[in-house]
Amino acid sequence: MSTLEIKDLQVRVNTEDGPIEILKGVTLTINDGETHAIMGPNGSGKSTLAYSIAGHPRYEVTGGTVTLDGEDVLTMSVDERARAGLFLAMQYPVEVPGVSVSNFLRTAKTAIDGEAPKLRTWVKDVNGALEKMNLDPTFSQRSVNEGFSGGEKKRHEIAQLELLDPKVAILDETDSGLDIDALKVVSDGVNRFRERDGKGVLLITHYTRILRYITPDRVHVFVAGKVAESGGPELAEELEANGYDRFLNASV
Amino acid sequence: MSAAVVSDALEQEHVESHLHPEPTFDLAAHPLPTGREEVWRFTPLKRLRGLLEDVASVETLEWKESLPAGVTLTRSSTDDAVALGGTAPFDRLGALAVKNAGGALVLDIPSDSEIEEPVRLILHGTNADAIVWSHLVVRIGTHAKATVVVEHSGSTTYDAFTTVLVGDGAHLDLVHVNDWADDAVHAEQINARVGRDAQLRQFEFTLGGDLVRTSTNVDYAGPGGTAELFGLYFADAGQHFEHRLFVDHTAPKTVSNVVYKGALQGEKAHTVWVGNVLIRKVAEGIETYEENRNLILTEGCHADSIPNLEIETGEIAGAGHASAIGRFDDEQLFYLRSRGIEEKEARKLVVRGFFDELIRKVTIPELAAKLSGQVEEELQRHVLADLA
Repeated sequence: MSTLEIKDLQVRVNTEDGPIEILKGVTLTINDGETHAIMGPNGSGKSTLAYSIAGHPRYEVTGGTVTLDGEDVLTMSVDERARAGLFLAMQYPVEVPGVSVSNFLRTAKTAIDGEAPKLRTWVKDVNGALEKMNLDPTFSQRSVNEGFSGGEKKRHEIAQLELLDPKVAILDETDSGLDIDALKVVSDGVNRFRERDGKGVLLITHYTRILRYITPDRVHVFVAGKVAESGGPELAEELEANGYDRFLNASV
Repeated sequence: MSAAVVSDALEQEHVESHLHPEPTFDLAAHPLPTGREEVWRFTPLKRLRGLLEDVASVETLEWKESLPAGVTLTRSSTDDAVALGGTAPFDRLGALAVKNAGGALVLDIPSDSEIEEPVRLILHGTNADAIVWSHLVVRIGTHAKATVVVEHSGSTTYDAFTTVLVGDGAHLDLVHVNDWADDAVHAEQINARVGRDAQLRQFEFTLGGDLVRTSTNVDYAGPGGTAELFGLYFADAGQHFEHRLFVDHTAPKTVSNVVYKGALQGEKAHTVWVGNVLIRKVAEGIETYEENRNLILTEGCHADSIPNLEIETGEIAGAGHASAIGRFDDEQLFYLRSRGIEEKEARKLVVRGFFDELIRKVTIPELAAKLSGQVEEELQRHVLADLA
């Protein structure tokens, strides 16, 4: 079971010019096994939603609730959220010089499971996950994200998704900057994750392109810090044909 | 004034870098510093505990050495040691060490020998108040290859002058581990001359002591030589660790690469890194890069990082430097923690990663393992203890 419930979430960022409200009451529920796409123009607050759920210190939650299977996510630390079953695939994964991918993956897996993975099966699992993402086995000896191409960073995020096996995955513009081959590899990875029992996915994207490979159960149009309209996959098709203009005009 | 007159005025037989005084053994030419001079302004002179005074002392550190077959360590008069060559002291500390050490020890690695096992000099101090002067020459003959490790521990007030002579085509790895007790004072000048097509790789690991001030000065006896100078330091509350580097490109086609990384934690931890590079007119086709990075782990620490590059010819392959002083990168911590890794573990990973590049270069596995262990202990003492 995995239900991510976001109710009336309000978030602001503190800047030198004072606080700026970014999320102005976001409500949505991802039920057991569902994939939701959030689409919206630049600056609508999509990434803020992702980072707020993951607990990035830059974002201050001023109202609303987020629960995962009924548990209050907002009172948890960043690492507690991950151990509770949340995973954020980042748009710009961070370089950690001197920390190898293999060391990083093993440390994360151990933290999430509460015990070290069994050595024999783990090596096989890691190599398998990298291979499925078209990443060379020598990849695991490189420093985390250091010198990776844009595509390698995104594929590495999805390899982590496969290995860490969270309850709910938030994918923040994982499709941006990918060529068509990489997009297919990444989409296949996400679809394999969705096939597992009861996994939730919140897919944040600017483009409809990735929705040709990952079919969402629900689509939400995000404008000016809140959900402007929700619907089925047909809403994405409308966006592809007409763009965001209808929603942008409505919000003014 | 014509261009030729200007260039003649600039280019003399020995161009002296304005960053460095004239090297000489003559103590009178190195007066007591006031503390305002460029080369002294960072050093808390009082904490040198009398090392700038010309006082005799017969005290020594306890020496244990491990000399593989073929390697010799012999006593020599000061004059004979000086006659072996190398640059004279650049400052008063170096001149005093030579004057008062009462002779030198000469470590000799014969030409054409390939010494697998590391040469070890294990130096230990037992009395913080006793002034110890030391003069050492490390000489590796042409086309020889060896690793020399100098380990320092215990309590002392110690001033050393070390000459390093790397013969043509030789390869020397020289490792200094400065893991002193909290009350130790250590000043050292290491003057290295790199032969034609020779390679010097020096490591400094400064992990303990009240005050450590080392200055490493490298020049080249012929073209094609390479000097790689690596350093790692970890300063705790109240400690002053100062590493000064001067690479004097005195020959064409020479290479220098300097990488120093430090972490600081605790009230009044202070580190100084000064990296000077002089590219002389004769030094065409050289390549130099120097880098210093500092990681401030807690409030109340102070890191100074000063790279200087003086270029007298434009005909070079490359010259660059980088210097940085930063705190823990919050984005790195967030990324690791978003994968379930607790803050304490995440910090450990980041610091280990920061130093990993340097520790991996140490070719003696047990020494590399020991150094990582020591970095871990340092972390445990402060940064991680606060998060327990």
